[in-house]
Amino acid sequence: MTVTEAPPTSPAPARPPVHRTSVRRRLVPYWLLLPGVLWLVVFFVLPLVYQASTSVQTGSLEQGFEVTWHFATYWDALTEYYPQFLRSLLYAGTATALCLLLGYPLAYLIAFKAGRWRNLLLVLVIAPFFTSFLIRTLAWKTILADGGPVVEVLNTVGVLDVTSWLGMTAGDRVLATPLAVVTGLTYNFLPFMILPLYTSLERIDPRLHEAAGDLYAKPSTTFRKVTFPLSMPGVVSGTLLTFIPASGDYVNAQLLGSTDTRMIGNVIQSQFLRVLDYPTAAALSFILMAVVLITVTVYIRRAGTEDLV
Amino acid sequence: MQWLRRNLVVIAGLLTLAYLILPNIIVMVFSFNKPAGRFNYAWREFSTDAWRDPCGVADLCGSLTLSLQIALWATIGATVLGAMIAFALVRYRFRVRGTINSLIFLPMAMPEVVMAASLLTLFLNLGAELGFWTILIAHTMFCLSFVVVAVKARVMSMDPRLEEAARDLYAGPVQTFLRVTLPIAAPGIAAGAMLAFALSFDDFIITNFNSGNTVTFPMFVWGSAQRGTPVQINVIGTAMFALAVLIVAGGQIVTNRRRKRALPQ
Amino acid sequence: MTDKQAGGDVRLSGISKTYGSFTAVHPLDLTVPQGSFFALLGASGCGKTTTLRMIAGLEEPTTGTVRLGDRDVTALPPHKRPVNTVFQSYALFPHLNIYENIAFGLRRRGIKSVKKQVDDMLELVQLGDFAQRKPHQLSGGQQQRVAVARALINHPQVLLLDEPLGALDLKLRRQMQLELKRIQTEVGITFVHVTHDQEEAMTMADTVAVMNGGRVEQLGAPAELYENPRTTFVANFLGTSNLLEAEVVRNTDGEVVVTVGGGKLRLPAGRCPDATATGGKVLVGIRPEKISLAPAADVDAVPAGRNSVTGRILDSSFIGVSTQYVVESPAGKGLEVYAQNVEHRAGLEPGAEVVLHWNPEHTFGLDAAQAIDAGVETVGETP
Repeated sequence: MTVTEAPPTSPAPARPPVHRTSVRRRLVPYWLLLPGVLWLVVFFVLPLVYQASTSVQTGSLEQGFEVTWHFATYWDALTEYYPQFLRSLLYAGTATALCLLLGYPLAYLIAFKAGRWRNLLLVLVIAPFFTSFLIRTLAWKTILADGGPVVEVLNTVGVLDVTSWLGMTAGDRVLATPLAVVTGLTYNFLPFMILPLYTSLERIDPRLHEAAGDLYAKPSTTFRKVTFPLSMPGVVSGTLLTFIPASGDYVNAQLLGSTDTRMIGNVIQSQFLRVLDYPTAAALSFILMAVVLITVTVYIRRAGTEDLV
Repeated sequence: MQWLRRNLVVIAGLLTLAYLILPNIIVMVFSFNKPAGRFNYAWREFSTDAWRDPCGVADLCGSLTLSLQIALWATIGATVLGAMIAFALVRYRFRVRGTINSLIFLPMAMPEVVMAASLLTLFLNLGAELGFWTILIAHTMFCLSFVVVAVKARVMSMDPRLEEAARDLYAGPVQTFLRVTLPIAAPGIAAGAMLAFALSFDDFIITNFNSGNTVTFPMFVWGSAQRGTPVQINVIGTAMFALAVLIVAGGQIVTNRRRKRALPQ
Repeated sequence: MTDKQAGGDVRLSGISKTYGSFTAVHPLDLTVPQGSFFALLGASGCGKTTTLRMIAGLEEPTTGTVRLGDRDVTALPPHKRPVNTVFQSYALFPHLNIYENIAFGLRRRGIKSVKKQVDDMLELVQLGDFAQRKPHQLSGGQQQRVAVARALINHPQVLLLDEPLGALDLKLRRQMQLELKRIQTEVGITFVHVTHDQEEAMTMADTVAVMNGGRVEQLGAPAELYENPRTTFVANFLGTSNLLEAEVVRNTDGEVVVTVGGGKLRLPAGRCPDATATGGKVLVGIRPEKISLAPAADVDAVPAGRNSVTGRILDSSFIGVSTQYVVESPAGKGLEVYAQNVEHRAGLEPGAEVVLHWNPEHTFGLDAAQAIDAGVETVGETP
C-alpha cells in the first residue's frame, strides 16, 4: 500500500487554531447593510421618534411647539375622533372580508381551473395596477353615479333596501354612502388579496384533492379539510395586506364618500395639512399605528404563521 | 342547475375579474368622451380631442414627467440599497439579523398615512424644504422593503454551491459576484425594481404629505378631482395601461421564442 | 513511494474543523498519493464532505495544514488552488450554456483561445452536440458529465468529487462509475471521491478511507477493508457481517479458540485484536456469503475442521442469484447467510433445523469493547 497514515484516532493535540477568518471578511455583511439600514433608521425610525415627541407637545403654529409631556392630547384625540376610528376599523374589516370572499374563487380558478389561460388571468389581475389608482377610483364615480344603470339595477332588485336597512346606503343613492367607500376599498386592495392566495393555492398538489376524494371526502369536505387549511398562509398574508392599508386609507372616503364617512386617515390628513394641529395629528397617527400593530400581532399569533416576508 | 353548481367557482371567479377590470374599461371609454362641464363623469359624445392633445391641460405633462423622474431615481436608490441588504441577509450570518428583519418588515406592516405623517414631522422639525428631494427620500424609503423581499426570495432559492463552484473555478470574489451571483439574482432584482417603480409612480398618500407645492401625477389627479377632471387624465391612464400590457406581452413572446430556439428539435 | 510521486501527493496533517462546540473533523493525517483514486466513505455527517471542502479551500481548517506536493496551500483561497471540484448536484451555472460552463475556469484564468480545449473536453465526455444547451435541458447523467468536464478542463492536480452520483438512478450510477473510472485512468489525475455508498467506493477507488464521527476508522484497499475490518463500524458499514459475542478459551500456535453459545469456534490469531487473551471477550465475525448451510440431518456430512453452529431458519428470501436466509441460533440471533442458487436444495425452508459451517480462516475477531451494531442502521441509507 502506498498510503501512509497516522493512527486514525490520534489523540487530539492541543494545537492552537492556526487560521482565523479575516476581520475584513467578517465586516462585509455590515458594509452591505449599512447604507440601506441607515436610510431606514433616518427616514423611518427617526420620524417615528419625532412624531412621538410631537404628540406630547403643546403650543401653536405662531408661537412654536414645545415638549410639555402633554399626554392628555391622546385622550382628547380619542374622545373626539373615536367614531372615525371605529368607522375605519369597520370599513377596513368589511372590505377585507369582502376581498377574501371575492378573491378566493378567482385565486382558486387561476390556480386549479384556468389551464392554459392561467398567465392571461394573472396579467388581468395585475394589469389594473398600471393605471393610477386615483384615476380608477374616480371611475367608480361614474359607475355608481346617481340614476346610473348599476344603481338602477340595485334599486330594482331591492339590494338598496337591504343596505339602507343596514345603514350602508341612504335612499336610492350609492355615491357618498358607506357602501361606496367600502366598494372602493374592496376594489383597490383586492389584488393584494388575490396574489398571496394564488401563491399558496398554487403550491397545493392537485393530487391531494384526488387523495381526499379517494378517502371518501365530498368536494365541500375536501375544501374545508384540505384546501382551505393548506391555503392559510395566503389567507393570512392576504388579509394583512388588505386590512393594513385599508385602515389608514383616506382616498376612497374622500373621493367616494361624504363627511359622514370620514375615516381616521382623513382626520390625520386634514389635521396635518389643513388644520395644522400637529400634536393631535401625531397622537392620532400613533394610536392608529398601535391599533394596527396590535391587531396584526394578535392575528399572526392566532393564525400561527410567521412566514410573511 | 347541476351545471351551475359545478361551475360555481368559475362563475364567481369571473365575476370578481369583471369587478377588477370594469374601472379600467370605464377609464378607457371615457378617454374618448367630450364632457359637458369640468368633470368627466357622465358620457356625452365620442371625441378623440384628448388623444390628439394629451398635454393640452396645464401642468399635466409636467407632473407626469416629474413622477417618472422620481420613480426612476427612487427605483435605482431602493434597488441598490435593498439588494445589498438582501444579499447580506441571505448570504451572511451576523448578530443583529432579527432586528434587521423587523426593520424591513415594519414599513410594510404600517398604514401609509402613519409613515407619511411621521416623515412630515421629521422634515418640519429639520426645517427641510418640501419638494422633489423629500418625495424622493420618502419613496426610496418605502420601496426599499419591497425590493429586499423580492431579491431575498430569489437569492434564497439560489444554490450557494454555484458561488462555491465559481470560486473553485478560479473566479475571485469580484468575478464570482459579477459572473455568477448577479446574473442569477437578476430576475429577483428586476422584479424588485419593477415593483419599486410601480409603487413610487402610483404613490399618493406619502407624496401628499411630503410634496409641499410640488405636483406629481397622482397629486395632479387628486387636485383635479376637486377642480375638475380633464379627459387627458383618462388618456394617460389608458396609455400607461396599454404600454404596460404591451411590455408584458412582448416579454412573454421573447421568452417563448428563446425557449424554442434553445430546443432545436 | 518514490520522490517523483511525492511531488503531487495531497497531504493533510493534523487537519480539523470545529463549528462552535461541534467537531466535524477530528485532527486527521492523510496522504493521497498522486494519480490514485481515493474514496472517503461514510454516512452523512461523518465529516467526509468537510474534509473534501478543506482540500478545495471552501472551508478553512480550524487546525492543521493542507499540502499539495511540497506546497502549503492552507491559506490559499479556492480560486488560487490547483484543485477543482465536482459538486453534489453539480452546481452548473444555470445562466450559461454548456460550452460556457466548461470554459468558465479557463476564461477566469485569462486564457483567450478556449475553443480547442472545450471541444476536446466535450468530446471526452461525449457531449459534443449539446454545447449550446442550457444545463436544465440536459438529463441528470449529462449534467454530471458536464460537471466533470468543467472541472477537468483546468488540468487540476487533484479532482474532488462530492457525492457526484448521488442524484442519479441506480442503473445510471453503475454506468457512470465505470465512466468516471475510465476518465481517471485516461487523464491520470488524482481523484478524491466522497460517497456514502459503500459499493460505489469499493467499485471505483484504489484506496478507501472509512470515516465515522469525524475520524477515519480504517483505511485500505477495498478487498482489504472488506476481508479484514478492524472495527465493528467497518464490518457493518461495508457489506453485512454476523458478529457474535464470544469468550476466548485458548490462544496458542497462531490459533484462537472461543466459545459462543456453548459451541467452540476457531479463528486465526492474526485476524484477532492484539490484546486477545484467554478468558477475555472478543467479537467474532463472519461474512454471510462465506457460510454454508445444511439441514441438521446432514450434520455428519460437514467436513472436519470447519467452524459450525446449529440453528433454525427464521426467514428466507429468494433474490435470483442467491437466497438470503435469516437463522436463529444459540450463537446469535438473526444470523444472515447468503447461498448461491446453484441448485435447488431441499430441507431449507423457514422452520427447518440447520447447521451453519464455514472455513475458520474466514473468521475475524474484533475488540469486544465496541458497540456491536455500530454502522448497522446507516447501511439502510444506500439506495
